[in-house]
Amino acid sequence: MQEDTNLPRILIVDDEPAIQRFLKIALSIGEFALFQAESGHAALSAAVTTKPDVILLDLGLPDMDGIEVIKSIRQWSQVPIIVLSVRDREADKVKALDTGADDYLTKPFGVAELLARIKVVLRRSLQQIPDPIFRIDELEVDLARRLVLIRGAKVSVTPTEYELLRLFVINAGKVLTHSQILKQIWGAGYMEQPHVLRVNISNLRHKLEKDASRPRYIITESGVGYRFQS
Amino acid sequence: MSISQEEMRPSPEAMLKAAQAEESNGDRGKLRIFLGYAAGVGKTYTMLEAARQRKLEGRDVVAAYVESHGRAETDALLEGLEIIPKAQREYQGVLLPELDIDAALARKPQIVLVDELAHTNIPGSRHEKRWQDIEELLAAGIDVYTTVNVQHFESLNDIVTQITGVAVRETVPDSILDRAAEVKLVDIPPEELLQRLHQGKVYVPAQAAWAAQKFFRHGNLIALRELSLRRTAARVDDEMRSYMETRAIPGPWPVTERLLVCASGSPFSEKLIRTTRRLAEELKAQWVTVYIETPSLAKQQQENRERVWHDLRLAESLGAEVATITASSVPEAVIDYATRHNVTRIVVGKPTKSRWREILRPPIVDQIIRLSGAIQVHVVSISGVSKSTVSSRTSKSKKTVPLYEYLTSLVLVAAATALSALVMPFLSPTNMVMIYMLAVVVAAVLLSLKPAILTAALGVLAFDFFFVAPRWNFSVNDTEYIFTFFGLFIVGTVISTLVAKGKERTEAMRERELQTESLYYLSRDLAASVDMESVMAAVLKNISETLNAKLAILVPCGELMNISTISKSLTLDEKELAVADWSYRNRQPAGAGTETLGSAELLCLPLHTTARFLGVLSVKLENKSDYRSPPHRRLLDAFVTQISLAMERVQLAQQAEQAQVLQARETLERALLNSISHDLRTPLVSIIGALSSLRDKNLQMDDKRRQDLLSGAWDEAERLNRFVGNLLDMTRLEAGELRINKEPCDVQDLIGCALAALDQKLGNRDVSVKLSEGLPFVSMDMVLMTQVLVNLIDNALKYSPSDSSIEIMAQIEANHLIIAVFDHGPGIPEPELKRIFDKFYRLPVPEGVNGTGLGLSICKGIVEAHDGNIWAENRSGGGLKIALQLSL
Repeated sequence: MQEDTNLPRILIVDDEPAIQRFLKIALSIGEFALFQAESGHAALSAAVTTKPDVILLDLGLPDMDGIEVIKSIRQWSQVPIIVLSVRDREADKVKALDTGADDYLTKPFGVAELLARIKVVLRRSLQQIPDPIFRIDELEVDLARRLVLIRGAKVSVTPTEYELLRLFVINAGKVLTHSQILKQIWGAGYMEQPHVLRVNISNLRHKLEKDASRPRYIITESGVGYRFQS
Repeated sequence: MSISQEEMRPSPEAMLKAAQAEESNGDRGKLRIFLGYAAGVGKTYTMLEAARQRKLEGRDVVAAYVESHGRAETDALLEGLEIIPKAQREYQGVLLPELDIDAALARKPQIVLVDELAHTNIPGSRHEKRWQDIEELLAAGIDVYTTVNVQHFESLNDIVTQITGVAVRETVPDSILDRAAEVKLVDIPPEELLQRLHQGKVYVPAQAAWAAQKFFRHGNLIALRELSLRRTAARVDDEMRSYMETRAIPGPWPVTERLLVCASGSPFSEKLIRTTRRLAEELKAQWVTVYIETPSLAKQQQENRERVWHDLRLAESLGAEVATITASSVPEAVIDYATRHNVTRIVVGKPTKSRWREILRPPIVDQIIRLSGAIQVHVVSISGVSKSTVSSRTSKSKKTVPLYEYLTSLVLVAAATALSALVMPFLSPTNMVMIYMLAVVVAAVLLSLKPAILTAALGVLAFDFFFVAPRWNFSVNDTEYIFTFFGLFIVGTVISTLVAKGKERTEAMRERELQTESLYYLSRDLAASVDMESVMAAVLKNISETLNAKLAILVPCGELMNISTISKSLTLDEKELAVADWSYRNRQPAGAGTETLGSAELLCLPLHTTARFLGVLSVKLENKSDYRSPPHRRLLDAFVTQISLAMERVQLAQQAEQAQVLQARETLERALLNSISHDLRTPLVSIIGALSSLRDKNLQMDDKRRQDLLSGAWDEAERLNRFVGNLLDMTRLEAGELRINKEPCDVQDLIGCALAALDQKLGNRDVSVKLSEGLPFVSMDMVLMTQVLVNLIDNALKYSPSDSSIEIMAQIEANHLIIAVFDHGPGIPEPELKRIFDKFYRLPVPEGVNGTGLGLSICKGIVEAHDGNIWAENRSGGGLKIALQLSL
């Protein structure tokens, strides 16, 4: 265990020794300080003692429901949590995200994906003031002046679409569940109407994407929500 | 059959008999009979002594019905024995004690004492006779001790009556004695018995005092004693013989004989049957009782039919085989049956009709003798049957001839006369005979026998009076006309008789045809039934029509019987349900027309095949007398067999179907296991291979090779991942656990997700997406449908050349969403287009392309769970199109 206090600290919570081993090796690239816990209760106490900057939480813990761990931690900390889950448990992922997790990874995952996600959440938490101009590929969003440009040309968007895009841009790289988006943009009353969200996403895609059938920016995470790819 | 051969080996029949006896003794109780030759010899006393001895030995002994008749010594022996109280049953206002059979069955001791084997139970009891109660106790595995006097045995009944002059009414089948485990003869010299009588130690009911005086005469007692000693000796002889037979000890075996006797409904039949039994006993032969039903007999009065019924049952209880045959001529039928069944002797009774009747109609006996050929005929004297038992054998036909038929015959004769008068100038009188003949023929066809004969007689007279010289006068000038008269009369009579017989025969045949027809229809309907309900419906329909009856079928359901089907307007009350219950439990008919619960208003027949017991058929006949009519019972038996077979068939078919389903599932499970075992291991080969090479420090490897190994291992790992996913989907589909969350989905989004999931595999392949304008959102489970598209696109990628393009298309057609994936590969042979959606189906593909065979079947499962369709077509320009259709 590295105790270098300058490096970002990652707490890895998983009961499978093989996965712990793999994660430890994958993340020992000199950029992180790593800590490990094998159960929900161990995780809760480790969260207090090690004060991590990111928590990797496996949802299939033996002693506690992962959701409970998230709830517990969220009561006193906003530390970013990335949950590790298996395929076809979309409902679990949505629940975790709605309870307070920031992102998820579906096992089996590659190291590149893992690092990307970690970097995204770290950047967000470490950054205090977001950059007002967001640029990626051919898209440029000027949050201060409320401008959206594709290849330098202005794109006209409805106010709702802009709010949606803004939300995505601020959370670039992170997954957002349907209900999170609906709640943010449309308010609590619209939580059970994903239809309106889909329509707006579809329109946005048509305006922004080169090929709406193979979107580059707004990625659908089946059964969970959407992710704005950075 | 040479005798010497028979001598040296135990005969199969003997071995079978011994084996059966041993087997049935396994769970049956043993019967011990205390046999005496008269009341008062001390049977009950001896029985109680034996019982006490058993009790001292530690056996569980209970007295269920012991009649001490107030004798102090007998009462003393009862002390200390557990007694089951007698049931008090009411009969005609009086409470009478009876054996409480249910209490005895419930108590289930090892040994039970039941006095008076020959007792007749009060009407309304479960069984008619106490010996039947005892049979039930034995069947339940309880040993029984009982007492009986020798005169109660069926086969000896008439002899005893002859000896003592007192008719003994209560009888017991001889088979009870034969099958009893032990018979103890209780014997005292007659002088001692008479002394006891005078001392008042012998019980005699008040109303029988006079009969008792007659009975207890010295001569009688000696004869009875001899009878009982002989009977016991015969039993011992039997035991010895079977011992010798099973051990193949050579002895003087008689040639196997077989006897035949007819039951005709005549009062002499009973005596004939008993005589035949004694003869059969002596000869150690089997014997058969046959009832020949001719058309004329079929129309007999009810009384005669009852007698036939009674005679057949008697014969059966005496150990005969019983058969009923329909034929037109009794002697021929008898000989026919005898020849076909290897009968060696026929027993007939001496003719009783007076001489002149014998001339007109040769008695049956003579005919039989004439036709008997090699078969011996025993002619037995049947005189001595008291007149009171001979009830008048009245008219054969039930119907009385209506008066108008006689009038019609007058009219016919008058018409013939008138006609003759007309032609008289042209024809000679002889020709007019023909006209009268015509009248007689008409009468024979239209009327019954008697009026037709009357027509013949009147015709002769009219002819004589009106047309034969001298006319208007009955005298005759030309005596040749006497021949004409006789001729006319005889021919007329013969024609009438023939026509009448023909009519009778036709009618009997018609009735039989109706019955056969009903059996045919029932069989046909049953053969067509595929489930229990149609079986029941077919039964109800056919039987109630044919027999004019209401019926119900009950099947066992746990401990109780459930009514499976029942005629309208029929209800079964508790008593009737109890009859059905008893019938099922004891595997025997019960109810009206049987000896068990005969007072019930319905007849219950168990439905069974050799392998299993299926239930009970309860029949309520409209005509109560039909319960005892042999043709009806035969028909019912035939129906019962058909129904049982059909029920068994349906049950077996259902079981076979279940077995098939089970087998199909097992086959699938096996295929699954095979697939798993192979497809899980194969990718691991590359992965482990690559990793082991990379670990090996000795292997020199440049960067490129290392990268190749790693990327190969990576691909295989992905493949393994996908396979595991497919397996999970498959098992969930099979288990029916697929939950579909339908939401309105963007089709473009769907395709985008699928393509994103396959991003790596797509690589540089050219994939074009064509969506029609204005596609609405379609209700579907996004996650599952994404999986479907992933599988379809993956399929297209695998089975088409790597430089060919793939098209994805979505459009709306007639209220359905159609999504199709096109490739430019080799396509699929026409006959296989449907089969590719089967589980584990893989096309033999030359290139090393391999799939698990599960992908398309999972697609099919998911699409069909959406109530959609999926199908494959070959493209006209080459390549495959797979399309799915969902309703909007």
